[in-house]
Amino acid sequence: MKALQVIYTLWLREMLRFMRSRSRMIGAISMPLMFLIILGPAFGSSLQFRGIPNYLDFLTPGIIGMTVLFASMMGGVSIIWDREFGFLKEILVAPVNRFFVALGKAIGGVTTAMIQGVLMMVIAGMMGVQYASFYGALLSIAVMFLIGLGFIGLGIALASKIESHEGFQMVISFLMLPIFFLSGALFPIEGLPTWLEYLVYVDPLTYGVDALRACLLGTSTFPLTLNLFIITGFAMITISIGAHLFDKTAIS
Amino acid sequence: MNVIETDGLTKVFGDLVAVDHASISVEKGELFGLLGPNGAGKTTLISMLSTTLPPTSGVARVYGFDVLREPSSVRASIGVVFQEHSLDDRLTARENLDLHGRLYGMEKALRRKRMDEVLELVELSDRANDLVKTYSGGMMRRLEIARGLMHHPKVLFLDEPTLGLDPQTRVHIWDYIKKLNEEGVTMILTTHYMDEADHLCDRIAIIDHGNIVALDTPENLKAKIRGDIISLEVGDGHQMEPLKQSMIKEDFVRDVSLRNNTLRLTVQNGERSIPPILSIAAQSGIKIQSVSLRKPTLDDVFIHHTGRAIREESASLMDRIKRRRRR
Repeated sequence: MKALQVIYTLWLREMLRFMRSRSRMIGAISMPLMFLIILGPAFGSSLQFRGIPNYLDFLTPGIIGMTVLFASMMGGVSIIWDREFGFLKEILVAPVNRFFVALGKAIGGVTTAMIQGVLMMVIAGMMGVQYASFYGALLSIAVMFLIGLGFIGLGIALASKIESHEGFQMVISFLMLPIFFLSGALFPIEGLPTWLEYLVYVDPLTYGVDALRACLLGTSTFPLTLNLFIITGFAMITISIGAHLFDKTAIS
Repeated sequence: MNVIETDGLTKVFGDLVAVDHASISVEKGELFGLLGPNGAGKTTLISMLSTTLPPTSGVARVYGFDVLREPSSVRASIGVVFQEHSLDDRLTARENLDLHGRLYGMEKALRRKRMDEVLELVELSDRANDLVKTYSGGMMRRLEIARGLMHHPKVLFLDEPTLGLDPQTRVHIWDYIKKLNEEGVTMILTTHYMDEADHLCDRIAIIDHGNIVALDTPENLKAKIRGDIISLEVGDGHQMEPLKQSMIKEDFVRDVSLRNNTLRLTVQNGERSIPPILSIAAQSGIKIQSVSLRKPTLDDVFIHHTGRAIREESASLMDRIKRRRRR
């Protein structure tokens, strides 16, 4: 009971902050939105991808994956801000299990990531993207949850080790962008050069985006169950590591 | 039972001993002060007592709970007002308090009731629904005190509660602290303001370089100086040293120290000492520019125990702080 209350409290905080900062959300979704609105029609009309009849349809799950990746990773790393602005101390002297604190923060961050992902899905729908089924669309929200959990866990783990804003910039440039570009969000992952194929296969987001395609479009490279298995495993591993490292955080 | 008991409590950062075998005990209802310059180890001591920093060695108990073995029980018994802001400034005061109450497992009805009480206490009721980022420094500090009290802690830690506040707000915060203590809340506060420690605390531990150099009531600490303080200023700086030497020889002078072109004498009876001092100076041909006589303050107590004034933050002290911050 106590654990749930702690998780709920931290989730509630993220929600309150989220509702207060609509302008930040617009900033957060502006980049994926530009990919969707500009890159989608542009590539769709000028390039022909192997085995893809409609590029905008193909791109949409990738952009949803991107939105969830960015939002959740930022959410995890935002612990740095909590440390910088002192709120972390308030949490760390409270008589609560820090594992559940980290979990609550993670679920809060994932919720905001899912809201943004769903928003993308709706916007793409208005742009004429045809989703395979209503149930598929519902299932895709669960997939977003798993993807978000995996990357927010990673973000929390990194934030527990990073001390400065410079480190935060490094995370964005050397982790978030490669994860996005290698995930096959923008291009089909069949028939790539071997070295690139390997990199694509080790990127966890590859399976997340593929799972979203299976749900939303009904086509995918890997079986949906394999995708779900991998992203669930990834989420469990990163959340455990993230919560563990967060638990070890000491403040003077 | 003492609310706080430490025995040989020590914290070492690399080659810096931030707190060196501190042994203190704080009684129920007491307002206990940790007085010392920046970097003396006050915050480190409080951090260990509030379980955010594990001690290197030694024992600390809060309400009978060991800070290392039973941190959760310690955390449930204490409230902490940190030196730096620790509010979520994107939320309102009410939301900050509500989250705090939830973290401490308070029921909704109790949270509501207590929130109104503590907001009333720090006179923030009319701004309760404003975002904290619109608050002034003094209001934030008041809100933090309110939050620290929200869950009825048995002990409240206040780390430099008036740091960076204007004089008027400081006096205001002092009033709250006094009022709370009169209601029976045991408090431990750190400060580097002498007047603050003197005005508020029942007992004071003077900390310097991680060591507790003196511990007593402000009255007793000052009484131990045994005498009055006479300060002399001389027009010609070169005459300081000869004047000091001639004063050291006199029987009625207990202690002599020279700082910033002021010669400070501790004498048994101030009023009676001034005439002989002036005549000794005149005999040696030293022209005295000004004389002042006062009763000892905690400042003098600090100088007595450490050989320097609390505000003289030497380079080495600043280094210590920086080294600690970097960790």
